[in-house]
Amino acid sequence: MGEQLLQLLFSGLTVGSIYSLMGLSIVSLFNITGILNLAQGEFVVIGALIAVSLCSIGMPMIVVFPVSILLAALLGGLIERLTINRARGASNLNMLIITIGISISLRGLALLIWGTDTYSLPAFTKGGPLFLGGAALNPQSIWIFALAVVNFAGMYLFFEHTYWGKAVKASVNNRTGARLQGINPHTISLLAFVTAGGLGAAAGVSIGPITMVTYDMGFMLGVKGFVAAAIGGLSNVSGAVIGGLFLGILEAFSSGLISSSLKDAISIIILILVLLFRPEGIIGAKRERKI
Amino acid sequence: MKKTTIFGIIILLFILIVSLVVKSNYLFSILIIIGLYAIIVQGLGILMGYAGQVSFGHAAFYGLGAYTAAILTTRYHWPTIAALLAAIILPGTIAALIGRQTLKLRELYLALATLGFGILVFIAFNEGREFTGGPSGISSIPFLNIGSFAFDSDRKFFVLVWAVLALLLLGINNLVHSRTGRALRAIRESEYAAENAGIDSASLKLQAFIFSALLAGLAGGLYAFYITFISPAAFSYHASIEFVLMAVVGGLGTFWGPLLGAAVIVALSEILREVVPLLIPGAGGEYQIIIYGIILILLMVYKPEGLSSLGAVFDRSPKRAEQNTNKQ
Repeated sequence: MGEQLLQLLFSGLTVGSIYSLMGLSIVSLFNITGILNLAQGEFVVIGALIAVSLCSIGMPMIVVFPVSILLAALLGGLIERLTINRARGASNLNMLIITIGISISLRGLALLIWGTDTYSLPAFTKGGPLFLGGAALNPQSIWIFALAVVNFAGMYLFFEHTYWGKAVKASVNNRTGARLQGINPHTISLLAFVTAGGLGAAAGVSIGPITMVTYDMGFMLGVKGFVAAAIGGLSNVSGAVIGGLFLGILEAFSSGLISSSLKDAISIIILILVLLFRPEGIIGAKRERKI
Repeated sequence: MKKTTIFGIIILLFILIVSLVVKSNYLFSILIIIGLYAIIVQGLGILMGYAGQVSFGHAAFYGLGAYTAAILTTRYHWPTIAALLAAIILPGTIAALIGRQTLKLRELYLALATLGFGILVFIAFNEGREFTGGPSGISSIPFLNIGSFAFDSDRKFFVLVWAVLALLLLGINNLVHSRTGRALRAIRESEYAAENAGIDSASLKLQAFIFSALLAGLAGGLYAFYITFISPAAFSYHASIEFVLMAVVGGLGTFWGPLLGAAVIVALSEILREVVPLLIPGAGGEYQIIIYGIILILLMVYKPEGLSSLGAVFDRSPKRAEQNTNKQ
């Protein structure tokens, strides 16, 4: 029994790290641009599928990882320039619909290039699972967990200790003020989408070896990211990380101990409960009140 | 009043001419689907365009209506018209139960919560095998009948759906020009100012939400009686998102917006399906998906206020004119 619980904890932490990564990307983009990006899951899928193609032409994983991140980041930037940047001043709802349009187009693109096949990616390091306390731990899980930690730390360092990070924070706090200081909000928005694309691909390439990759897995991944983000009140980075881990563990235990068909329902129920009863719970989002 | 009469005549003539002239069942089926979606989007349009609340979960109410009609007639052998009534009331009741708490949320939070609700109901349709037949759904639903008259052909059903739609258009037109309509618009512009003017915004938003759920349930019930076979796929979150798209693409808070939006989105999918293979030989569904997404983005970037502003001649209210000049 103890081993089974430990096993569930391991798989929960793995899945939870993935959700944390999703939540991190969604929250940071939301904080910076005010846009809730429904296409984040598609960035993950596209990143992973690019890696699949690069692997198939014989590139080693150590090259594939940065190259797919770079390509997906470029794609993120391109999309920002072609869509978001042209819709300056659009309402939140219109922006949301634009990201829906992006997600539909990217899904179509993935279907066009890669088809409906299920792909897998090689693990970062070879070797069988480690055994800890009688439960198996896949080395790839450690990589994913490490990636989430590095991401979180990187984001913290960026926002607190670099010029650009401070510029971003300034532009979030006060657009006009930041502008007067020579910070261009459109550049910041571009940067945010480049990062979202890159982070998405990083997540996609690392989870590929564990979850397999199909063109249509993006939406549900995105929803899980939203749940993680919502647990942190949509705007809190560390809240999203904790939220993602919590969600992953909860899903693993409920599907392991009760039934796996309940997995998605449970995360949605959490989303609704959090939104209804603690919308600003852990941290409240800034809300403009129109009078 | 005069304007309303003209609209009424236009729609009646349209129904009459189409039902007499059109022979193709394919065309009727498209028009029926447009009509059903337009009914849903009418309600959603009140909620979004007047009360200023978004819902990404209306396929759930649509589905609840369809499943209510299907289950009551196939399993409990209710008369179809009674089942249709239940298909309207049940989603409305559920909206009343969840509405007050949900509508406290704002904008993106509300969007996420309603999206979640839609996914949850979709999962319930798939998992509730005992009642809903799971992924394979419910078949052999009877045709809608009133006494001995059955709506058993596409033509008859087209007349029914569009007559319902016409009544709704006129009713809603009266509503938005009434005291309630003005109060709803006041909420959209500023909830705080509206409350200061003595408007009970929570109660009005809830009423708009319930109303939109009733209409979605009505459309769902009609859909079940038309198609006579339902499965969860038609009521997924994709459908919810499409309804919002129709409302926004048509133009929020406008008379023709919901119908226009439903017609454009349905026609777009159909046209893409026909035209794309001609332009790109051997192209499959993936091109349609990509082009559909791109058109959506273009519409939102270049026509964010919706398509019905193209026909602004119909809408001489000063507010819209002002919005248009502000855009320049």
